This record gives sequence, C-alpha cells and structure tokens, in this order.
Amino acid sequence: MGRQTKVIKRPMLSPHPNPLPKGEGNSPKVAGHWRFALSPTGNAGDAIFRALMFAAGLLILLIVLGMIAALAAKSMLSIQHFRFAFLTSREWNPIKGQFGALPFIYGTVVSSAIAVLIAVPLSLGIAVFLVEQAPYYLARPITFLIELLAAIPSVVYGVWGIFVLAPFLRVHVEPHLARWFGWLPLFQGSVTGIGLLTGGIILAIMVTPIITAVVRDVLAAVPNSQREAALALGATKWETTRVVLVNGVPGIAGAVMLGLGRALGETMAVTMVIGNRAEISASLFAPSYTIASAIANEFTEATGDLYLSSLVELGLILFLVTFVVNGVARLLVWNVTRRSGAAA
Amino acid sequence: MPLSRTFSSIPLRLSLFFVVAVAIFCYGCKGTGPTGTISLQGAGATFPNPLYQKWLSEFSKQHPNIAIDYQSIGSGGGIKQIQSQTVDFGASDAPMTDVELKAAPAELIHVPTVLGAVVLTYNLQAVSKPLRFSPDVIADIFLGKITKWNDPRIKADNAEVDLPTADITVVHRADGSGTSFVFTDYLSKVSPDWKEKVGADKSPKWPVGQGGKGNEGVTGQVKQQPNTIGYVELAYAVQNKLPAALIKNPSGKYVEASIDAVTAAAAASAATTPDDLRVSITNANGAEAYPISSYTYILAYKDQKDAAKGKALVDFLWWGIHDGESYAKDLLYAPLPAEIVKRAEAKINSITSGGKPLR
Repeated sequence: MGRQTKVIKRPMLSPHPNPLPKGEGNSPKVAGHWRFALSPTGNAGDAIFRALMFAAGLLILLIVLGMIAALAAKSMLSIQHFRFAFLTSREWNPIKGQFGALPFIYGTVVSSAIAVLIAVPLSLGIAVFLVEQAPYYLARPITFLIELLAAIPSVVYGVWGIFVLAPFLRVHVEPHLARWFGWLPLFQGSVTGIGLLTGGIILAIMVTPIITAVVRDVLAAVPNSQREAALALGATKWETTRVVLVNGVPGIAGAVMLGLGRALGETMAVTMVIGNRAEISASLFAPSYTIASAIANEFTEATGDLYLSSLVELGLILFLVTFVVNGVARLLVWNVTRRSGAAA
Repeated sequence: MPLSRTFSSIPLRLSLFFVVAVAIFCYGCKGTGPTGTISLQGAGATFPNPLYQKWLSEFSKQHPNIAIDYQSIGSGGGIKQIQSQTVDFGASDAPMTDVELKAAPAELIHVPTVLGAVVLTYNLQAVSKPLRFSPDVIADIFLGKITKWNDPRIKADNAEVDLPTADITVVHRADGSGTSFVFTDYLSKVSPDWKEKVGADKSPKWPVGQGGKGNEGVTGQVKQQPNTIGYVELAYAVQNKLPAALIKNPSGKYVEASIDAVTAAAAASAATTPDDLRVSITNANGAEAYPISSYTYILAYKDQKDAAKGKALVDFLWWGIHDGESYAKDLLYAPLPAEIVKRAEAKINSITSGGKPLR
C-alpha cells in the first residue's frame, strides 16, 4: 500500500517532463525532501544555487527597505516636531532650532530642471548624430569621449566649475542674459557667476554623457526595418530620424529620468558653484542650495538631536524623490525594450 | 551516502573559508594587537589634524609600544564619539557646552593643544596695501548693512586706500566648521546686533552672501570673483599667500594675523581663563593680541577604565603640550603660552584610573 502511493506521487512532485537518470537525489527514499521545494528536479546543486540567487535578489530589497526604515526612524524626532511644516518652511537656522526644507527642495528641483532642459536637446543631438549620421571613424572616438566624461569624478567637475565655469559665466554669459532677458525676474540681480544657474549648467554637463549613452542604445535598438520602410516611402533623412525618434520615445524618456536622478543626488560639483544659501529667490543668478549639498556640508559638524534628525529627514526626502524618479525611468526603459524585442 | 557527500563538499568548504576569513578580520580589529602594544583611538576636529598626525608619528618613534590613530571626522563627530566612548580621546575646536558635557557618561576634561586664528581675506584688484577693519565694520559687512566698498566707515579705517564703488560680495563657509564658530563668536562679542540677529555657531544662518565648501571653497570663490570678502583659517591663508586684513583689537591697535599675535591673545586672556580651560579668547584684551583666535582641544575622560591605555594617553598628552609644541609653528599653528601649558599640565595630572593618578 505504502509502496504504491509513493510510485504515484513521484511524477507529481517533479514537473520535469522526462524522468531523470537514476542517480543521486532521484531516489524514492528522499522524495519530498527540502531540495524539491527549491528545485523541481530535486538536484541538490540546483537547489543550493537557486537558494543563493534568491537570497542575493532578496538582499537588494532588504537593503532598500532597511535604508528607508533607518532614515525614517532617525528622522522621527524632526517629523514629529515639525510635521508638514518641514516641507513648507523656508527657515533653516540651527542656532534657533528651526528647520524647513523648502529652500533645499526648491534648489534641488530647479537646478535639476535647468540641467535637464540643457542636457536633453544636447544629448539627443549627439545620440542622433552617432547613430544616424556619423561615419564609423567618428562615432567610435566620440562615444569613447562621452564615456570618459561620465567617468570624471564629480569633485573634479566642482573644481573646474569654480575656477573656469563660474568666471566664464560671470564675464561672458550672465551679463548678456541680464541685458537681453533682464525684464524676466529670472535674470535680475547681481551677476557673480556663483548661483543656481551655474549649478544647473554644471549638472547639465555632468548628466549629458549619461543621457547620451542611454539614448544612443535606445536608438540603436530601433529596428532597421523602420528606417528602411521610411526611406522606401521616399522620406528624407530628417523624416526618417523623426520616425526613429518617435519609436524611441519611451526609452528616451527613461534616459532623461536616469539623468534627472543623477542630477537630483549630485553633491560635490554643485556645492562648489551653487553658493550654498538656503533661500528661495526668483533670480537664477542668486545663490541657492540643494538637499544633497546641505547634508554633505552640515552633517559632520551638526550637534543636537533635532538638527541631526532634520538633516536625516532631508535625506529621506531626497531618497524618496530619487526612488520615484528611478522607478519611473525603469518602467519606461522596460517598456521600450519589450516593444523593440517584439518588433525585431 | 550521496546526500552527505553533495551537501558537505563545496558549501562546507565555503563556510569554513568564511569562518577563517572572519577570524582573521576580527583579529585585525582587536584593540590590542601583538603582545605589549597599546593602541589608542582618537577622532575629531579637522583643523589640528596635520599637527596631530605629526605628533603621532614623532611620539610613536619614541614609544614603539604605543600605537595611536587619529581620524579627522570633524569636531561634532569627535564630541559624539567620546560621549559614546567609542574612542579613547576626542578632539574639538570649540569647547564642549554644558549640555554636551552632561550627556557624557562620566566627567570629561579639556586639554588645549594649540591655537588657531581666522583671517579676513578679500579680492580688490586695485588695492595692494593691506586693508584695516574695525570690529563693528566687519559685523555690519557680514550683516549686510555695509554694502559698498567705498562706504565711509570702511574709508575711515583706510584713509590712504583708493576703494572702488563696487558692491561687496560676502563669502562664508557653507559647511559646519569650527572656523565659522570662532568668527561668529568674535562678531557676537563685538556687535550686539550680530549677537541678537545671528549668534555664534558652526553653521549659523548668514544674513547675506554665498557659501563656499571648506577653506578651499571660500578661497576659490574669493579669488575668482572681484570685490569679495571672506574668512579662512590662518594656516590656509599663509600657505596660499592670500591678502589678509589687519583687525583692530580692543586696545585700539590694528593687528596683523600672525602666530605670535595668536599666542599673545591666549596669554592676554590667561588670567580670565576658568579652571576647566573651556574659554573663548576672541576679542582678547592685549596690545599685541590678534582678536579672532581660539584654542583647539583634546577631550578625555578624567577616570580611565584601562590603566595601561590611560597611562599611554597621559604620556601622549604630556609629550604633546611640551615636546609637541615645537612642531606647531612649522605647521602654522600657534603654540600655547607658558601659563596655559602649566594649567594644562594640572589637567593632565588630574587623570586617574580607578582613583590612582597615572603620572
């Protein structure tokens, strides 16, 4: 009786279509063992491998959740003390124990927005040139240079920003902006070369290689049949490029989001040129401050529980913003690769 | 047995490897290394770090059995670590406040090691003669009340200098810093308005201006923008040959920032220095005293749990305030005046372990 049930049960436990050759792990004596829970074949090596890979995947999830939990726990004091006023207050005064994140959020968002506004047209142009126009002997070195730009440490960008970019903007760019567009509140006030505009421009230079690299891959993934079809219909080079770009829109959006994510979290380069002043000013020439810079600047010497807790809460806000931006980027990139895979 | 064979081979060897690796790692991080070596761990202020590193290497040459490690993580971090007893000594530019001392589990002592100073630097292309400043003028520039370089109050101190009509751009430290603390502590003493509106802090809310990260950031912004004024620590200004302003001290004399003028400020305020040596010596009242000066401290527990470590720490501190002071000037720190060395000796002598003195 017992022997009979075992014989019937065995194939049900193993969905493998072909029975495995007789050997280890396939003996009826160990059927129902832990190995079968992890691997359909019941092979011990497979089971251990699968368990290890599962643990590795789970670890990432645990790290992210752990970080959010730790940031939330450490910022609990300031969350309870300021509640939503933390997000809307403009006052950041460690001496008086008043902390509000609005100027930092404003500086972070606006500097990143400037960066994306400048970097996206530039990156699209470079990527289209590389994929659609450039001869091979030009495309290779340009791609190499772009990857090189992406590898420069941000502190180097910062030093270059303070010694080269800021004086250049002060002498050659900002006075002209003030002269021609001075009627806009954005370009009023004293011209110093240090401020929100300079921070945005240095971020643009930093995110351009990232956006370019991803857009290049996205455009390269657009099937050639699309280009051939457009050309066969008598489309010009420009019209063909438009067809290719339209095909890549979700992927391009993903690339922009990745660049934006980098811009939001960038610290060293921005803090060197943005002026580090927790104030909201209509003018892009005025000094400003970003969340990441504020944490980097103030954390080491911060004393007092509420002060520290407020800095951690700034980190939590930045983490959540970056988290959302990266999540959206992933979804879009996944969308375009799935579609191009189906079309190919 | 097939089961035991497959299960034991690779994973077992792997786990054995991990056990050995962890064992080696833990051996490396143990407090006392090879036999007889005492290791001390310190952390804190960045300002005295070059000097402390010099001290550590010189001291360990004479005491090969004592290994000391100092990490310059910032004064705030030094205070936190000594409070939580994760280091054997802390270091801070500003003395600990009463609240911070109460938060520590046992009595802490402050041992001053050297002095530093803050200098005003500026970028005025046409001006070659060093500028002179009165205390109230400095405060009002940083409050945003004086906005032009040719303001009559700046002119009053600099009669022979041809000052431009340009706007003043103020540059301050953006990162929390002992340098900012000393500077704002000075401004709070000389200007009631500053004291009321801003106060003294490592990262105060600056009424005007733009922030630079670190001495190098402030210097970069001052050098690259005309008509700026900023402040950096003395050693940094000397090394980089920055223009430095002369500042009027309470005796009415315009004093140039120099190592001797800083030591003079400490000597001038020795009589009013309290027993625990926690003191601000800004705006010191001596003819030769440079008014924006301050001590930097090493923090240690008065009662040391481990007698051997405590003895090593006491020896190190004693060596530091005597032999160690000779390295200060080369590295552009001001050595302690003789009166303060005497009083620091008494502090070091008061360190005990289990009630027994260590010296």
